[in-house]
Amino acid sequence: MTRVSQVPSPPQLEISHVVKNYDRAKPALNDVSFSVRKGEFVAVIGPSGAGKSTLLRCINRMTEVSGGEVRFEGVSVGRLDRNELKRLRSKIGMIFQHYNLVDRLTVIENVLHGRLGSKSTLDGVLGRYSRDEKQQAMDVITMLGLSDHVYQRCDRLSGGEKQRVGIGRALVQDPKMILCDEPIASLDPNASRIIMDHLKTFARTMQITLIVNLHQVEVALKYSDRILGINNGRLVFDGGPEELSSERISQIYETEIVAHEELPRPERVGLRARYAN
Amino acid sequence: MPTDIFVKRRNDSLIFFAALGALTVGSIVITKYDLIAGFTSIGKALVWGAINFYPNAHALTRLPDILEKLWETVLMSVASTTVAAIFAALLAMVGSRTTRINSFFSVIARGLASVFRNIPLVAWAMILMLAFSQSLLTGYLALFFGSLGFLTRAFIETVDEASIHAVEALRATGASYSSIILQAVLPSSLPQMISWLLFMIDTNIRDATLVGLLTGTGVGFSFDLYYKNFHFHEASLVVIAIVITIMTIEMISNYIRRIIL
Repeated sequence: MTRVSQVPSPPQLEISHVVKNYDRAKPALNDVSFSVRKGEFVAVIGPSGAGKSTLLRCINRMTEVSGGEVRFEGVSVGRLDRNELKRLRSKIGMIFQHYNLVDRLTVIENVLHGRLGSKSTLDGVLGRYSRDEKQQAMDVITMLGLSDHVYQRCDRLSGGEKQRVGIGRALVQDPKMILCDEPIASLDPNASRIIMDHLKTFARTMQITLIVNLHQVEVALKYSDRILGINNGRLVFDGGPEELSSERISQIYETEIVAHEELPRPERVGLRARYAN
Repeated sequence: MPTDIFVKRRNDSLIFFAALGALTVGSIVITKYDLIAGFTSIGKALVWGAINFYPNAHALTRLPDILEKLWETVLMSVASTTVAAIFAALLAMVGSRTTRINSFFSVIARGLASVFRNIPLVAWAMILMLAFSQSLLTGYLALFFGSLGFLTRAFIETVDEASIHAVEALRATGASYSSIILQAVLPSSLPQMISWLLFMIDTNIRDATLVGLLTGTGVGFSFDLYYKNFHFHEASLVVIAIVITIMTIEMISNYIRRIIL
């Protein structure tokens, strides 16, 4: 169902042999390649520090890759100049674990921030938004069930509501793709379900591609069309949810022996002994 | 092999206090400071103050004079602080890790702030006196440079703390640099910046008195004049007026802080 080979048109996003080194010791991403079709809901799972966030940030160049290539709609992202990069970013929404809102501003102001990428510098500086843009922001806020909070400051909102504002800000960009970096990691199960439902709905109805980093495997299984498993900077799984057996899951989450050996020996024994009881 | 963290903590504090004690004793020995005479003289000073240093009826006739000078000093402090704040805000945008244009300008801005901050106010006043002689402008500029250094530093930290996440989000939407500054950085950090500005005005009114002493202007000079002519009653009135002014300003700025934060 999700096989790229069955689709005649070229994929929307192609990641080929991407490498990212923060320092010499160990690459954060090591030769990662995959491609994503338009409208796909892709979940990225893997242990903490596996490189999920880095992978996401390489797509809109919030992080520069050390090697390999990222192509979005046939254009090599690494070759874009500053203005072209801004234009690319204005087509890609981003949602963060900590919402990354301006807490002192109201819901509608934060949502309208999503329009800044498509405005002239002067309009952006002065915060001048057209009637259409405001209407669009209002519509998005209503869709997200926040119409009671339009003029409320964001520091008064709950975590789930803040994340919905974050989604609103991404949606008013009219994005072709939304990158979600642990969107529900700081939320309770109920708020998490609301957020994931919203994301799923928008992805379906607006044909927006979603790439979502997740900690929770069961959420990935429930919502995504396709799952990527990352461990230690390497892509170790790429397939549909139905292919993700519990064996594969433990493979993805398996901590590598290298990581273990960084711990001093006595503590390892101590830890193991404690958990054995 | 794991070292015992508690033993390490205890040893660290032992070393710290031993070093502190050695420094204190060393300084006392080198400067030949008489500890006992030092403390007993505080008592003598208090007694002298109670006898001589209070405003009497004659001193009160000088009050309008003193208040005029005080007003001049307050205005000079406010003017120098607010203008310094504008320049400090610009320097802070360049210097902050979150909003800097590149690391070269950031280092320059931080360096500039550090130089201005670390030259003592008195030194500024002395240096500027060569160029502008004894005038209000000298005091104004001395306070301006000192405030510029301090406020730049404080603003850099405010910007870094308040807006790093929102800046990341707006960069990801493709917003331009100037839009990010005006739509995310300023709204997040402005209240804290105003709070620093108010603090700086407080401090500068106090310091303006000292600077006025050197530059021969404002209420600092009045104090100096009365004091050196042995008009202690008038001098004490100047001190009381300054203290009341600073306390009033502090109350006003606390009130403003409560509202904006």
